[in-house]
Amino acid sequence: MGKTVLTGKHFWYGDIAIAEGAIAAGCQFFGAYPITPASEIAEHISKRFPQIGGIFVQFEDELAAMAAILGASWAGVKSMTATSGPGLSLMMENLGLGIMMEVPTVVVDIQRGGPSTGLPTLTAQGDVMQARWGSHGHYEIIALSPDSPQEAFDLTIRCFNLAEKYRVPVILLASETVGHSAGKVVVPPEDEIELIDRKKPTVPPEEYLPYKPDEDLIPPMASAGEGYAICTTGLTHDEKGYPDTGPEAQETLVRRLSDKIRIHLEEIVEVEEENMEDAKIAVVSYGQVSRPAKQAVRMAREEGIKAGSIKLITVWPFAENIIRKWAKQVEVFIVPELNYGQIYLQVKREAAGDSETVSLPRMGGRLITPQEIYQEIKVSGK
Amino acid sequence: MSHEIMREEEPQELHPMDRWLRSERMPHMWCAGCGIGPTLYAWARALDSVGIRKDKVVYVSGIGCCGRGSGYLDVDGFHTTHGRAIPFAVGIKLVKPELCVNVISGDGDLFSIGGNHFIHACRRNVDLLVICTNNFIYGMTGGQLAATTPLGDFSTTTPYGNVERPFNTPHLAAASGAVYVARWTSIHTRMLERSIAEALKMKGFRYIEVLSPCPVNYGRRNKLREVDDIAKWFLQSSVIRNGADTSEVQIERGKPLILGNFIKREKKLSYYEQLKKLEDRVRKASEAKK
Repeated sequence: MGKTVLTGKHFWYGDIAIAEGAIAAGCQFFGAYPITPASEIAEHISKRFPQIGGIFVQFEDELAAMAAILGASWAGVKSMTATSGPGLSLMMENLGLGIMMEVPTVVVDIQRGGPSTGLPTLTAQGDVMQARWGSHGHYEIIALSPDSPQEAFDLTIRCFNLAEKYRVPVILLASETVGHSAGKVVVPPEDEIELIDRKKPTVPPEEYLPYKPDEDLIPPMASAGEGYAICTTGLTHDEKGYPDTGPEAQETLVRRLSDKIRIHLEEIVEVEEENMEDAKIAVVSYGQVSRPAKQAVRMAREEGIKAGSIKLITVWPFAENIIRKWAKQVEVFIVPELNYGQIYLQVKREAAGDSETVSLPRMGGRLITPQEIYQEIKVSGK
Repeated sequence: MSHEIMREEEPQELHPMDRWLRSERMPHMWCAGCGIGPTLYAWARALDSVGIRKDKVVYVSGIGCCGRGSGYLDVDGFHTTHGRAIPFAVGIKLVKPELCVNVISGDGDLFSIGGNHFIHACRRNVDLLVICTNNFIYGMTGGQLAATTPLGDFSTTTPYGNVERPFNTPHLAAASGAVYVARWTSIHTRMLERSIAEALKMKGFRYIEVLSPCPVNYGRRNKLREVDDIAKWFLQSSVIRNGADTSEVQIERGKPLILGNFIKREKKLSYYEQLKKLEDRVRKASEAKK
């Protein structure tokens, strides 16, 4: 058998770092469908999995890839797929099933320009709201956004841990710039990588209710073939997993599916703050835009402008408490992003009444520069 | 109220097949005359006859009347999205090859919205038993045109008659590489049971089409209104021709319905076996390098 965790220092593309992050997290099933700029993840996994005993399948479409990773997860392993915007659109169908059936799995979106076929080879952050609300119905989602190959590796592992802990599909919201840029990636020794596995039933099969939650609102999960006679459905269901299409069952289930995320916001939401102690202007960014954003803040500090940076590592659920807290101190939030203002609206909503929010949108295709953000800091600071 | 009193007085006797059922979920939602129940009965009897343990059986279904079946049987049951039962089942089977994974779904689910997954799972020879209850119509949604509705037949979306040639699903399966292909009706329960048992003993992608009456949403608009009209049609028009050329089993109203065990191909490696063979080759090559 080949080595599972490639401990050491590497020079990897973000896409490769994601694939290796998945392997380090214990992923054993990958459902693939080729798409630029995410194909390198599938290509790398197709090479590595036969060495380590994982199952790699290139499916007929993204609908099948997404359905298969849910099935694989129900069979008891960690599973994953990777795609870009057009593929994510197709995966929304079974992402919803994953939410309803409460299936741990990871979906990687290497964002490219949209709508539609858009800019296949160039970067964007246009899928932020699709990641949030792309499937029908009301639900909460977890999405993390890396800014570099190293963070892509680290956050892929965290995606698996969050998926297993909360029994949800988790989205790694990366982008072409991260997937296709190379950088140093340090892979820690295997025993230093913290991994979380889903809760298993502690009662015998005759007492097991597949959708009876514990106090943390998360039900323990049995796997296929373990004798629990799992009953699960995409229909609204009761604690037995039996369809119950009445309003009371809907109220109970949909509230719990959202609340199991909402009551754990502090554990899930992660941000990185820099120069915020006395900041009057804060740049709120995520993904690869965080790098020019931090650079712009440093440039402003050199000019004596009280600027700070808030980088959202967790894009969803939104860091609402953190924005509200800083809104008491900050006069202006600037939100640079590679879309026409998606996270901008979130920040504006939380900051309303306390501070101004300025959108610095670019439609994608190229990365926003530190100078462009710096200019906005100077203008907003006057 | 009277029927409740009757029930209390009835002796609590279990049907031999009750152990396969989630009895607390009875009565089921299917209409009188529907063919899904008899099909599941034949399936459960076949599982018994082959001696497959209940905790090793996985039942994956899609959407529609037949999709509900996975919630009535006391096995690991997965009621998935419309058309995606097969890829969901592929995920389970490749991770746990020791399980007996079955996809039982309707014609709309398997051949219209899920048609692509069907042919590709066939092509890969994934180790699955796929049973299609073909009732020629979208039953759950009220009787719309299906990819299996015979030419000229009426549905709520073909009020002037169907002009689309339907799929000949055994031929599609055969051409796509299925190792076992059969067609029966839900009236031919004994033959169906034996066919399912035969398929359960094999590996690879196995397909059985079960023609299934839908008096309410198909029969009503096609001069087969009474509960047993379609059953009579099946019995009177069917011709059993084991080993028939699947290109000659297209269903046409007014012509014989060809039933039988059409194809049995042995000794073809399943998809999982191919993957494991590949893994061995990769491992040996890497050891040789060392």
